[in-house]
Amino acid sequence: MEIFNHDSNIHFLGMRKYTVAIAIFLMVASVALIATKGLNYGLDFTGGVSMVVDYDQPVEIADVRAALEKGGLDHAVVQALGGTREVSIRMQPKDDPAALQSADGKVNLDRIAADVTRTLQAARPDAKLKSRDYVGSEVGAELRSDGTVAAIFVILGIMAYLWIRFERRFAIAAVITEVHDTLVTLGILALVQREFDMTVLASVLAVIGYSINDKVVVFDRIRELFRLARKAEPEEILNRSINNTLSRTIITSLFTGITMGALYFYGGPVVHGFAITMLIGIVVGTLSSIFVASPILLWLGVSKKDLMPVTKENPELARRP
Amino acid sequence: MSDFPRWKYALVALVMLFGVIYALPNVFQPIPAVQVTANRDAPPIDEAVRQKAAAALQQKHVVAGEVLVSEDGHLLATFANSDVQKTGADVIKDALGDGYTVAFKLQPTVPRWLTAIGANSMPLGLDLQGGVHFLMQVDQDDVIDKQETSYADDIRNLMREKKLRYVSANRNAGRGNGISVAFRTEAERNTAADAMAVAFPDLNVTNGPDTDGHFVVTAKVKPDKLRELAANTIKQNLGTLRNRINALGVSEPLIQQQGEDKIVVELAGVQDPAEAKKLIGATATLEYRAQGGSDAQAAEAARTGNVPPDARLYYERGTGRPILLSKRIIATGNELVDATSSFDSQSGSPSVSVTLNATGAKKMLDFTTGNVGKRMGVVYVERVVDTKVVDGKEVRVPKITQEVINYATINGVFGKNFQTTGLGSAKEASDLALLLKGGALAAPTDIVEERVIGASLGQDNIEKGFKAVILGLALVLLAAAFYYKLFGLVADVALFFNLVVLIAIMSMIGVTLTMPGVAGIVLTLGMAIDANVLICERIREELRNGCTPHAAIRAGYEKAWSTILDANVTHLIAALALTTMGTGAIKGFGVTLMIGILTSLFTSVTLTHAFTALIHGHRKLKTLSV
Repeated sequence: MEIFNHDSNIHFLGMRKYTVAIAIFLMVASVALIATKGLNYGLDFTGGVSMVVDYDQPVEIADVRAALEKGGLDHAVVQALGGTREVSIRMQPKDDPAALQSADGKVNLDRIAADVTRTLQAARPDAKLKSRDYVGSEVGAELRSDGTVAAIFVILGIMAYLWIRFERRFAIAAVITEVHDTLVTLGILALVQREFDMTVLASVLAVIGYSINDKVVVFDRIRELFRLARKAEPEEILNRSINNTLSRTIITSLFTGITMGALYFYGGPVVHGFAITMLIGIVVGTLSSIFVASPILLWLGVSKKDLMPVTKENPELARRP
Repeated sequence: MSDFPRWKYALVALVMLFGVIYALPNVFQPIPAVQVTANRDAPPIDEAVRQKAAAALQQKHVVAGEVLVSEDGHLLATFANSDVQKTGADVIKDALGDGYTVAFKLQPTVPRWLTAIGANSMPLGLDLQGGVHFLMQVDQDDVIDKQETSYADDIRNLMREKKLRYVSANRNAGRGNGISVAFRTEAERNTAADAMAVAFPDLNVTNGPDTDGHFVVTAKVKPDKLRELAANTIKQNLGTLRNRINALGVSEPLIQQQGEDKIVVELAGVQDPAEAKKLIGATATLEYRAQGGSDAQAAEAARTGNVPPDARLYYERGTGRPILLSKRIIATGNELVDATSSFDSQSGSPSVSVTLNATGAKKMLDFTTGNVGKRMGVVYVERVVDTKVVDGKEVRVPKITQEVINYATINGVFGKNFQTTGLGSAKEASDLALLLKGGALAAPTDIVEERVIGASLGQDNIEKGFKAVILGLALVLLAAAFYYKLFGLVADVALFFNLVVLIAIMSMIGVTLTMPGVAGIVLTLGMAIDANVLICERIREELRNGCTPHAAIRAGYEKAWSTILDANVTHLIAALALTTMGTGAIKGFGVTLMIGILTSLFTSVTLTHAFTALIHGHRKLKTLSV
């Protein structure tokens, strides 16, 4: 069975002015979104207290919020956790003034949890506390810097590898597209204000790994075609490479997408963020492999002679007539 | 015609066998159990204790699977689920009384023939089995404070000893900025600086700015020494925590250093963190006390309760031997600077060298001068603060335990430095050194992260994770078989074995399985098929270009290999970065991803190639089902 016509010869590079313009626009928009709206950092990064509460019967988020406000806990963030019977409640320790008095300036998680449970049970007796977390603020700051360092490490490591295995221009094109994919993924997360927690950070780093995978496959074909072709017109070669690998690019994305869909729908709230981020990343990464990476390569001026395997000069041969 | 060598077939068969065997233990679900350990002073666990517990369970109508005495001397009772386990634990606790520690445990049910070859199931993370997680930050500043204060004392003493005149010797403002000593003349300063450099090799002595006729020397603790101290502090805190948490009776607690100054404590199965927090927050001190009576008198006092007026009755740690010590304290833990275990240079027996600061040294010297031949004891005092609610108000009730950790004869007059010799073994010496340091030097810790995960949430996560893995796998298997037909089926076999081998390796090296780890497994499944997609697409292409089926297979594998390698190496770099992140959850994900990439390289390429060769190898082919 074949979904894609193997003879397809869509002129992807012909649209390069538009596709790259769109990519640049998306990147700028993402940076603007991250700067203005910001990422909705989760407990892992902001520090604070978070609780998971289960109800026996379905519950409205608004009711939970109302119950908390009635109990004097005004600033709590209430979110549904997949389904109508489980909610997460996030707040800063200072939002529960009663719990701060007793402890010697330290956060008393048990006390806050007890306060919240009592407040919720006053409104709905079937509320049950399932888990509670406290994260100090400095831990979050450290994690954020760790995450940035890890992302930079990934990008530089990949760049070095491609530089050695391919050529300078490939490394640069890959890294620019990588940055594009990461920024746009983060931008979408900022746009929809999805909670950005530790698993989402892991997912963003995994997106980098996934999307580079895609680019390398196309690059590999470009190298191969350049080496094979006698008359190598770069634009023609790049276009043929994208078309030749198109079926693989899309099938792999579909397969990975399927598994992430399974994770999203059945994996439970803990991995929701992970799966959705990965899905966003797969779409962005696939599109940029097709529409963005090669135009950059073309503009950087890739040519046949840069890619020929280095053969040892044989002085004996050179002397022969 | 087959170009696939025989040894590769053998390798593929071996890996498949290995995968199946080492992944197998994960099929056996552990069952909720209660583990009972006898405390020091309680009679050991035997048949009588077992019967008592079993009878109590029966009387309260709690259904237990098994109640047995394990080989390592614990009492184990297994239960059908975590609810029964909880009631069961309460019943056993009531029946046996205070002398025993009752803890939750997940009892593995892996058959012995598997564990004998080192095949164990993957340990589950807290998010999959419930429990408490603490992240503690060790206050390193306190260590620097103690060092600088102690050196300031020592410098003043040195000046006095060497009869060097100085104006002042004080710590500089700002932690870690060292100690400034001021002199009236330059000559005085230079002699003193030389003397200081000789006496304190761990200090960097430099000339400071000269202001209003004062010549200043600045002494800073060397960065190397500070680093060493910081590393030691963490080690001491880890050791102290381990001792205290063992008292909780939690089976397999995880106590680990994270980053430079943090400690992770994970207690699986614990649902009430209060008890654990109390022990973690305990403070310990040391007291050096003189002998307060003979052994006979001590035994007498323990029996009758009549303690001599100027003495106090203590018990020795471990042995429980009664010891009488004087009420007067010679020196305390605050005056102890260092304690290290080593070997006595004369007798070669294990010993502990102790260093006191100037004030402690003076008191010790005064005391030992008149008491050679007598004995001296070290008391380890631990203070646990319990918060109780009385009349609606929170009352803090300290609970103090005091134990003698060392009781030795004074062989000569000493002050700043002395040795405790004649210890039984090198282990005993290092234990004593650790206790001494734990009582004197351990830095205060703050809980910066606390998570309590309900047992039911853990069970939920396991079920959801399992469902997601199976469903993800099934969908990809179906899609691949549908799209690539026979080659798709071969890829399916490879993908299934990829999962098996991945789980086998994770179990073998003992990677803790967490929810992010499950996400990593699912992602690996989705991406592992990529190599097969590359190979199949390539074979199709070669067929279209007019290759014969056999040539197409060969060319497909050959040409796809370089692409697969490049794609996987770059992906591996990304996974590697994930494993360097300090926190557990991301690390678990990264490790899973990394192992998954490596196993998929083997299963998607070598394993499928073996199967393809086996199916197509010896037949004349006209077409390929791809």
